[in-house]
Amino acid sequence: MTPQQPKPSSIDWITLLLYFLFITIGLLSVYASVYKETNPHIWDTTQNYGKQLIWIGISVFIGMLILLIDEKFFFAFAYPIYGITIFMLLLVLVAGTTVKGSSSWIEIGGFRMQPAEFAKFGTALAIAKYLSGYNKDFAKKRLDQYISIAIILAPMVIILLQNETGSTLVFFSFVFVLYREGLPGWILFAGFMLAILGVLALLIKPLYIIIGLVVLAGIFLLLVRRTKALIFLTIGVVVVSSFLVGSIDYAFQNILQNHQRTRINVLLGKEVDIKGAGYNVQQSKIAIGSGGFWGKGFLQGTQNKFRFVPEQSTDFIFCTIGEEYGFLGSSIFIILYMVMLWRLLVMAERQRQKFNRIYGYSVVSILFFHFLINVGMTLGLMPVIGIPLPFFSYGGSALLSFTILLFIFIRLDANRVNELKNFD
Amino acid sequence: MDKKKKQKTLLIIFISVAFIYLCRLFYLQIVDDSYFLSAQNNVLQEQTIYPARGLIYDRNGELLVYNDAIYDLSVMPEQIKNLDTLAFCEVLGITKDDFIKKFDKMKKQKGYAPWKPAVFERQITIPTYAAFQEKLYDFQGFFVEVRTDRKYQHNNAAHVMGYIGEVTDRDIEKSEGYYRMGDFIGISGVERTYEKELGGKKGTRYVLVDSKSRSQGRYKNGEFDTAAVAGQNINLSIDYKLQELGELLMLNKTGSIVAIEPQTGEILSLVSSPAYNPNLLIGRDRGNKYMELLRDPMKPLFNRPLSAPYPPGSIFKILMALTGQQEKVLNPATTYGCHHGYMFVGCHPHGSPLPLRPAIAVSCNAYFCQVYRSIVNNPKYPHAEDAYNSFYKHIASFGLGKKLGVDLYGEGNGFLPPATYYDKIYGRYRWQATTTISLGIGQGELGITPIQMANATATVANRGYYITPHIVKKIGGKTNPNPQFNKKNWTTIDTSYFPIVIEGMQDVVERGTAYIARIPGISMAGKTGTAQNPHGKDHSVFFAFAPVDNPKIAIAVVVENAGFGATWAAPIASLMIEQYLTGKHNTRPHLKENMLKGNLNHRNDTAATKTK
Repeated sequence: MTPQQPKPSSIDWITLLLYFLFITIGLLSVYASVYKETNPHIWDTTQNYGKQLIWIGISVFIGMLILLIDEKFFFAFAYPIYGITIFMLLLVLVAGTTVKGSSSWIEIGGFRMQPAEFAKFGTALAIAKYLSGYNKDFAKKRLDQYISIAIILAPMVIILLQNETGSTLVFFSFVFVLYREGLPGWILFAGFMLAILGVLALLIKPLYIIIGLVVLAGIFLLLVRRTKALIFLTIGVVVVSSFLVGSIDYAFQNILQNHQRTRINVLLGKEVDIKGAGYNVQQSKIAIGSGGFWGKGFLQGTQNKFRFVPEQSTDFIFCTIGEEYGFLGSSIFIILYMVMLWRLLVMAERQRQKFNRIYGYSVVSILFFHFLINVGMTLGLMPVIGIPLPFFSYGGSALLSFTILLFIFIRLDANRVNELKNFD
Repeated sequence: MDKKKKQKTLLIIFISVAFIYLCRLFYLQIVDDSYFLSAQNNVLQEQTIYPARGLIYDRNGELLVYNDAIYDLSVMPEQIKNLDTLAFCEVLGITKDDFIKKFDKMKKQKGYAPWKPAVFERQITIPTYAAFQEKLYDFQGFFVEVRTDRKYQHNNAAHVMGYIGEVTDRDIEKSEGYYRMGDFIGISGVERTYEKELGGKKGTRYVLVDSKSRSQGRYKNGEFDTAAVAGQNINLSIDYKLQELGELLMLNKTGSIVAIEPQTGEILSLVSSPAYNPNLLIGRDRGNKYMELLRDPMKPLFNRPLSAPYPPGSIFKILMALTGQQEKVLNPATTYGCHHGYMFVGCHPHGSPLPLRPAIAVSCNAYFCQVYRSIVNNPKYPHAEDAYNSFYKHIASFGLGKKLGVDLYGEGNGFLPPATYYDKIYGRYRWQATTTISLGIGQGELGITPIQMANATATVANRGYYITPHIVKKIGGKTNPNPQFNKKNWTTIDTSYFPIVIEGMQDVVERGTAYIARIPGISMAGKTGTAQNPHGKDHSVFFAFAPVDNPKIAIAVVVENAGFGATWAAPIASLMIEQYLTGKHNTRPHLKENMLKGNLNHRNDTAATKTK
């Protein structure tokens, strides 16, 4: 049997087009953020944009290769790929290079790689393979739940050991995948509520929150038909929440160190810190805010020209977009990003094979999580966690790994047409 | 159906996030114009506000140290645009090669980044500054920062005030980032000990500047700014007039003068000779001048009164007389004969035998060798070591043999040999009084710094206690800034043993070895010393306090390699005491003239140290 090549018509062109659009805007933004009048050549490989251009070349080439590989390859080699990425993560612990406090880099012949980036699609493949296995059911079987969580947790722990908090958090995005595969919605809801409760606990006095909870529970019980079970449940929720709020407050006051408290207070807006963690955010907000409606125009941004936004070509790349293209450009960017996520969601749901669908959901979740944290951070809505904006941020490992992540899914999706044919 | 619902839920989450972010963008970019400010290109710049360093006054409010503006030429390398290098070099008076070298050097500095301001040239002259200011617009990226350096009102008391200089990498590390490259910090003297008080606290100002570094106003109306806290002014306990006289009298001599107010422990004068002009160590020539002073064979930077140990010589006999009485081996009536010395210690001709008081007055060596012998060979103790330990304890209680804790940098320990020291040389139980007899007359291994001598004098003047000598009287107008300088340190000698010794000291001045130091109308108690030293001619030593009944000043004078204590040290001390107590020092013009004429260093220091 010859490998089944995807027909050009079966490739999802919308996604591919968006991909090329994103990397192009990304490259221009990286160019703009390190641009100097004295050194305007985009081909200069000593500059970030020159390097990014090379990485784009490599990424597109590998992406194309992926489209040519038999789609069964990914299914068959899901575990080995996962194994390799885990092995590389472990290798970093032994022979890693430290860059800016995180020892998550590995240096091979002058090129630096961040295995944590590749662990994302490795994990996505592994979880897809596991849950699509015969007789596996995440919704019902305890063991399947444990093993799935273990698959996700393993890279998280190693990455955390590398002092790379941002990448660790990304793996939380798999919650959405598990949700799709049967994780009850109330857990997602409860998690969300807990997060809100946690933030509230830091913002206002625990006593007020507990009073508020009791009042809310009272109103709730007045409105619904009271059964004994419901009353006990409500009381239980209030008691547990109160305890939680109290302990969060206690931990914040007594266990956390001063600088950690400061960082959290800065994020919550209780304190303003213009020097440390707050500096980046302050500068980022100025850059975006100064863009106005129309923006300053390509290469006209001043915040980036004077490097007032640190890390602008990597984690704060959205500043360049906000400053140079204004509200109009930023909105278009957000909408385009949403279009891509929506498109991927549709693609994931139309898969007939469970493996493809789970993988598709992983891709959507990872991309969404990056968007949520990265853009939120530049807007001052999220904590300063250094994770890149997929396809835009400068960084070879990230670009390559997101390309592989996306193109595997495009390849899997392209096969859908073949599947239909096989059925015919 | 359920699956579709889940897909929809996720989509709703995505869209809500997108919506929130769009709202936020709308707020940042369109509603809140504080981020937009103006159509101009605005960038936020952090500026450091340097506080004025505290001024230093003497005890009577005479200004000693003040601040002077200096101008640093700084540059924001990335903002350099179309620089006419030749014109630039011409204004600065440097060559193109210099320019390139300076730039390279700047780039190699720690923490250099093209978008951060860096100092291109430190402390440009005022004419250069003026010329530069005119053309500043042509040299985009360059700007002038104003800072303050020290300036000294008088050319005296350099060792007391110390000097400031740029921080070292270690200072920066120790300060946890408070100091930055190029900041000034106190390096010695009061400037160092009171760096925290004098230095104040730097402030920060956030301003918006346009792309040409022109200020466009405060960021958010100064919400984030912190004000600089000016350094506090300090009043030294130094009497400027006394200090000036001391340095004048010590001109062309090597040595020290320390004067202390006994009741308070305040240092009235601290002279280290040869001195240097404090105004040498300011400005951009600081480094060169410092090296010059460092290489000077007379070591003008060496703080002699605080750290140079001398054998005290005969002035140690005062402590011997007190210790002997306390150990009950000596009383005022104890008489010893003198046959031109004791063992190998010689003595000068005088009446014999003598009781204690005249023995002090004539400074009989034999007498105090006998006292030392009776202390160390005291049968009360089983071994000479035990007797010596108790002797050591008494002497140490005068503040000898260890740092006193003066609030100045660079204090020395001096040396008071403990029993173990002799054990090491002679073996345990194998030495006794005669082995170490020279200690009895203040010779041998003893090393005492001038400030320790002055402190011991103050202790005698106080009849049994001292207050740790200190140099600062007021900080920020508040008196008594350091509570540790209120404590009376009592000696182990009973107060009742002091009067007879003080009477002896009074005799020294009235009719004894220091007759030359007598000031009509002022009762003074003193003791001369002629300290032998292995390096050359004897040191001339004198300590005294006055008036005897209500001591206002205790003083110790050491003139190195000058011979008898009465020849140089006593007259100098006498003139100093007169100056401090009466405000005059010209009642005995002949004496003063002689002191000024004395050139013991055989070189003319006037040019190097004095401008007056």
